[in-house]
Amino acid sequence: MKKLLNDPADVVVEALAGMAAAHPDHLRVDLDHKLVLRAGAPVSGKVALVSGGGSGHEPLHGGFVGRGMLDAACAGEVFTSPVPDQILAATTAVDGGAGVLHIVKNYTGDVMNFEMAAELAAESGVQVEAVVTDDDVAVQDSLFTAGRRGVGVTVLLEKIVGAAAEEGQDLAACAELARRVNAQGRSMGIALTSCTVPAAGKPTFELADDEMEIGIGIHGEPGRSTEKLAPARDVAARLVEPVVSDLGLERGESVIAFVNGMGGTPLLELYVMYGEVARLLEEAGITVARSLVGNYITSLEMAGCSVTLLRVDEEMVRLWDAPVDTPGLRWGG
Amino acid sequence: MADLTAFQAWIAACSESITAHADDLTELDRAIGDADHGSNMKRGLTACAALADQEDFSSIDAYLKKVGMTLVSTVGGASGPLYGTFFLRLAGPLAASEDVSAREFGQALRAGVEGIVARGKAEAGDKTMYDAFSPALEAFESAAGSGSELAEALRAAADAAAQGRDATEPMVARKGRASYLGERSAGHQDPGATSATLLIEAAAKTLS
Repeated sequence: MKKLLNDPADVVVEALAGMAAAHPDHLRVDLDHKLVLRAGAPVSGKVALVSGGGSGHEPLHGGFVGRGMLDAACAGEVFTSPVPDQILAATTAVDGGAGVLHIVKNYTGDVMNFEMAAELAAESGVQVEAVVTDDDVAVQDSLFTAGRRGVGVTVLLEKIVGAAAEEGQDLAACAELARRVNAQGRSMGIALTSCTVPAAGKPTFELADDEMEIGIGIHGEPGRSTEKLAPARDVAARLVEPVVSDLGLERGESVIAFVNGMGGTPLLELYVMYGEVARLLEEAGITVARSLVGNYITSLEMAGCSVTLLRVDEEMVRLWDAPVDTPGLRWGG
Repeated sequence: MADLTAFQAWIAACSESITAHADDLTELDRAIGDADHGSNMKRGLTACAALADQEDFSSIDAYLKKVGMTLVSTVGGASGPLYGTFFLRLAGPLAASEDVSAREFGQALRAGVEGIVARGKAEAGDKTMYDAFSPALEAFESAAGSGSELAEALRAAADAAAQGRDATEPMVARKGRASYLGERSAGHQDPGATSATLLIEAAAKTLS
């Protein structure tokens, strides 16, 4: 596997330094703690949003640091959660006195490390609330798994709750909104290829040229089943149906429809997929209030995509439309 | 009986063993996880092994606490908090001890394993590191209870850990990332149970 690297061991820190060089108006980085911080943070009186996770999902999370979204992102090693010291450093660096909301994707390591950090932050007097995203319908939510994974909804949540924090909503309101967004969103993904962790040097799983992996996560972990590759319209149906059914979406309801690329699939194909998703939703009588298409929560160079649907109310749409100014997502005044 | 020097030799042996098996651990993790267990553990234990040269430790428990904090802050993933908690809790019952007996180490091992359960909420048969730690603790307590010295009890613990590790192969994972695979996680030895066995085997070679 060919990669543009110097030393695989330095990939995270070098990428962070590159981000700082590319986006000096939006963010600064703390290379010791591997943090991306909003330029000008802490913002006095504003609830601060801190997220983080393993690297390899860019632009998530560092690319979403800036006005209207995150105040800080903690970068772990590739596909490995950040550690409590990092999360604590981010939390204290961006606390503007109104408390800090931790946005955590539901993976065993992320949850444990954020929990330990929240315990330490509480001891140093910072008010912390945590919300865990778990929107992946590919995983059975049962006593026999670690619970559903946090995937696409995390992006939508960071945008919507970021807008709420920006307009001055307090910590309890932001946390309640975040839980509401998570509860109303579901995702499902497929992979056409595996991906290669730089330090490992070879693909995480094997997939033949004519196969696809249904129900993948974002860490190159294999999915629920390996199947023969099918036309985009059939793949779209395999993704949309379980999401619609799990959400209990009914005719007349509105959603934000999000087709996310895993990093190695061209936009050309993502738009083919979005077209199929939009057609399926129209047939089901579901209104697309807003859409998002592109590579936002990736899995290194994995080819494939995920579909996220978020059932929205007027408040969520208003917050979605509010201005955002980050390297990865930017619109409005 | 084991003194501070012996505990430092244990951590050095852990680092050597994990480094020697890093690729194997990553291979096991590639099958049912995300292919980083070897590199993460190697990074953490290398940092722990360096502690003895960086700092003068006044006691075994201060040393083990520092090992735990170092693992928490260098390993990441779930393994960092879990192994970190293990060493932090291991330190507790050894607070007053300069030369650890089998009985004292048994109390420490129980505290460490209970810490892993508290942090990870795993049960026997979930296909996790607990499936190596739990039989190891049982074997250690049984051996120490019938009068074995530390080294002998640790040998029994290491053998039991290895059996527990081997027994994870047919299990269907119910915790951690491997649980996402459901039935497909069966047929693969658990990476966490494998690294846990390496740490206990290193103890059997160094603590006496």
